[in-house]
Amino acid sequence: MKYFIAQFITLIFLCTCNLYAKPMQHIHFLIPGGRDGGWDITARGVGEVLTKSGLLKSVSYENMSGGGGSKAISYLIETANTQKNTLMINSTPIVIRSLQKNFPESFRDLTLIASIITDYQVLAVRHDSSLNTWDDILLAYKTNPKGLKIGGGSRRGGLDHLVAAQIIKAAGADPKHIRYIPHDAGGRALAGLLSGEVDVLSTGFGEVFQKYQSGEVNIIGVTASLPVKEAPMIPTFKSFGVNMSFVNWRGFFGAPGLNPKKVIKMRNTFKSMLSTPEWESVRTTNGWSNLYKPGVELKTLLINQEKTISSVMRELGFL
Amino acid sequence: MFEGVMLGLETAFTLQNLMLVIFGCLIGTFIGMLPGLGPMSIIAIMIPVAITLGDPSSAIILLAGVYYGAIFGGSTSSILINAPGVAGTVATSFDGYPMARKGQAGKALTIAAVSSFSGGTIGAILLFMFAPALSSVALLFHSAEYFALMVLGLTAIAAFAGKGQVGKALLMTIAGVMLATVGESALFNAPRFTGGIQDLQSGMSFITLAMALFALPEALYLIFDPKKSETGNSAESIKNLRITKDEAKKIAPVIARQSIQGFLIGVMPGAGATLASFLGYGVERNIAKGEDQAEFGKGSIKGLAAPETANNAACTGSFVPLLTLGIPGSGTTAILLGALIALNVTPGPRLMIDNPAIFWSVIISMYFGNVILLILNLPLIPYIAKLLTIPRNYLIPFVLFFTMIGAYIGQNNATELIILVALGILATIFKFAKYPLAPLLIGFILGGMLENNFARSVNITDDISFMWERPMTLGLLIVAVLMVIIPMYRQSKARKAAAKKEA
Repeated sequence: MKYFIAQFITLIFLCTCNLYAKPMQHIHFLIPGGRDGGWDITARGVGEVLTKSGLLKSVSYENMSGGGGSKAISYLIETANTQKNTLMINSTPIVIRSLQKNFPESFRDLTLIASIITDYQVLAVRHDSSLNTWDDILLAYKTNPKGLKIGGGSRRGGLDHLVAAQIIKAAGADPKHIRYIPHDAGGRALAGLLSGEVDVLSTGFGEVFQKYQSGEVNIIGVTASLPVKEAPMIPTFKSFGVNMSFVNWRGFFGAPGLNPKKVIKMRNTFKSMLSTPEWESVRTTNGWSNLYKPGVELKTLLINQEKTISSVMRELGFL
Repeated sequence: MFEGVMLGLETAFTLQNLMLVIFGCLIGTFIGMLPGLGPMSIIAIMIPVAITLGDPSSAIILLAGVYYGAIFGGSTSSILINAPGVAGTVATSFDGYPMARKGQAGKALTIAAVSSFSGGTIGAILLFMFAPALSSVALLFHSAEYFALMVLGLTAIAAFAGKGQVGKALLMTIAGVMLATVGESALFNAPRFTGGIQDLQSGMSFITLAMALFALPEALYLIFDPKKSETGNSAESIKNLRITKDEAKKIAPVIARQSIQGFLIGVMPGAGATLASFLGYGVERNIAKGEDQAEFGKGSIKGLAAPETANNAACTGSFVPLLTLGIPGSGTTAILLGALIALNVTPGPRLMIDNPAIFWSVIISMYFGNVILLILNLPLIPYIAKLLTIPRNYLIPFVLFFTMIGAYIGQNNATELIILVALGILATIFKFAKYPLAPLLIGFILGGMLENNFARSVNITDDISFMWERPMTLGLLIVAVLMVIIPMYRQSKARKAAAKKEA
């Protein structure tokens, strides 16, 4: 079956290659998850902006879910020589999951094109919570770590858990005793916070921003290094003297061994896309922040992220 | 509040918005009829259209129309070809499909339309009256209560076990719960029972399983049993849409009960239409007496009306946490929330104060969507039901085709097809061995949620004391136990009475 699909896609590519001899006429987005997930929304948003703004002639999408993205990664590597126009979208989980040995490959096996957006992580509490400041939370954790229930939308050992642990670790406390309450999605975790089931919520900035604006949720701190443009009032953890930052980036990867000239062309396309008005409207409706880091810069970011995450995971006993 | 209602009426009854509801209902019904395309995907498809409208009221009015249409469309495929594309209409097929097989497809669709209409309407009225007050109730539910709610849902299985079948039904339930544990749990990041197959890492897909359990075995069964295949439905019986007075009397109390019960279940974030329809079916079967009860599963109009009423009422109920708390209770309402936010509307306690026109026009258009659905669909039913007059040997390939497409669409993953066929064959064998398949699917759907909420509750309290320390959890669990014991008690009493008579 895989062979058949590969052949079929090759056939499509042969056709498109003949029709459009010039490069950067077409990008095929490989989305490692189902419809309407975060990856899907981002890739389709980007594709639409690219074609609307005239930076790209045509675009196609392919959803390939399975194994939390591992299926798409191994598919991209196995069929590399037929994937000259294919870009896979991915994000921080590619780092976490390869550390967990969910798949044997890592970002090093792919061609790093560029990251384009990021969401920051936050710690949030109910507006009427007795924990009003970072100091309150830290003190509560230090006096009785088991009594502080930290909820999140990811599994144990997933993004929300690890970031909460990273913050606590950077503040000089032992993250081993974190009582993390996992939920199946950010929305459910938010409901858990509002119903009083958990005391603190570790989640993405975008997930709670609306609730923050309506005043139901108080955001304690954000993991950005500098205050976020949309909400400059929210302090960063750095401003508390907690030396940590975390970006939940999203970006594009190509098959291994892509033609360098083509890679540069792709990067330039994304770079010019970020300053179009079409992108600006997509970006603001989704509450994303731009984070353009091409090639080597992205690699440095990923290597650093891998280092921090693996040390936190080791301390929590996940590695 | 009254001013807000008037403002909402004005907004909802503009020509443009009326056209949008009609358009939305039509699109939703037709796409919803294809198995595998549930309300979630259809709404996702329609979101770009809605957003280009610019006006948030119009956008949500269109999407609400699509939502209702899709749910009705889903019931149609459950009834006609036994292929429920959405979890919420699984229970519809239990009695709807047998009715269609008996040549009462037209009547079944009418009952579905009428019950959906009533459920939706009563739900909309309840929403209208209690939305502001109910928002605080939804937040009382912690994981412990959800766990108890899932247990209650599983007791509905007692309703599917015919005489001497309790053991078989239980076995299938356990199989379903076991299937739900395949893949990563929502709590830990490690794959379980995947046999090293990557495609199973995120678990089995509901749609694949539903198709494998209902649509495929049915089609295969008909092939193996050619005598059954020849019973084409005469055109006359399909045209017969009318519900007799007796029948109306029979289903009226069911509709009344299930509208309220379904709505209340829908209000709880996360429970939703699926649980409402299963519980509705279970409760009605337990309440029914004698012959009525025996009729369940063989084409009972009560058994059809109950889940249809409940799932529509629950859909309406799920707007309570969405509009008043800004918490999406289901996948579908999560998508609606995304659409609202994209239009710069923030649902939450302040919506009713800041944007009364939006708040009330959504509620009014929901009611209106129900009316339109009834007006549009009743005349269309004979044409929809004609599908069944197609000779079986032409229909079966189509059923197989749509089943395959349905399983593939959701994930775009060809392995789903292999899983589908493998499970389908297995399910056919079960069917020949007279094992009920519905409990398996219910176990599967509720099993995942059961596990998550149980594990989370244990995580929070460190032991299982939450089962008796939280009054609401305890209450729900007691009801669950009663749901199992009462029918057993009744049966043994009936048996004793029968024995006495003989003596």
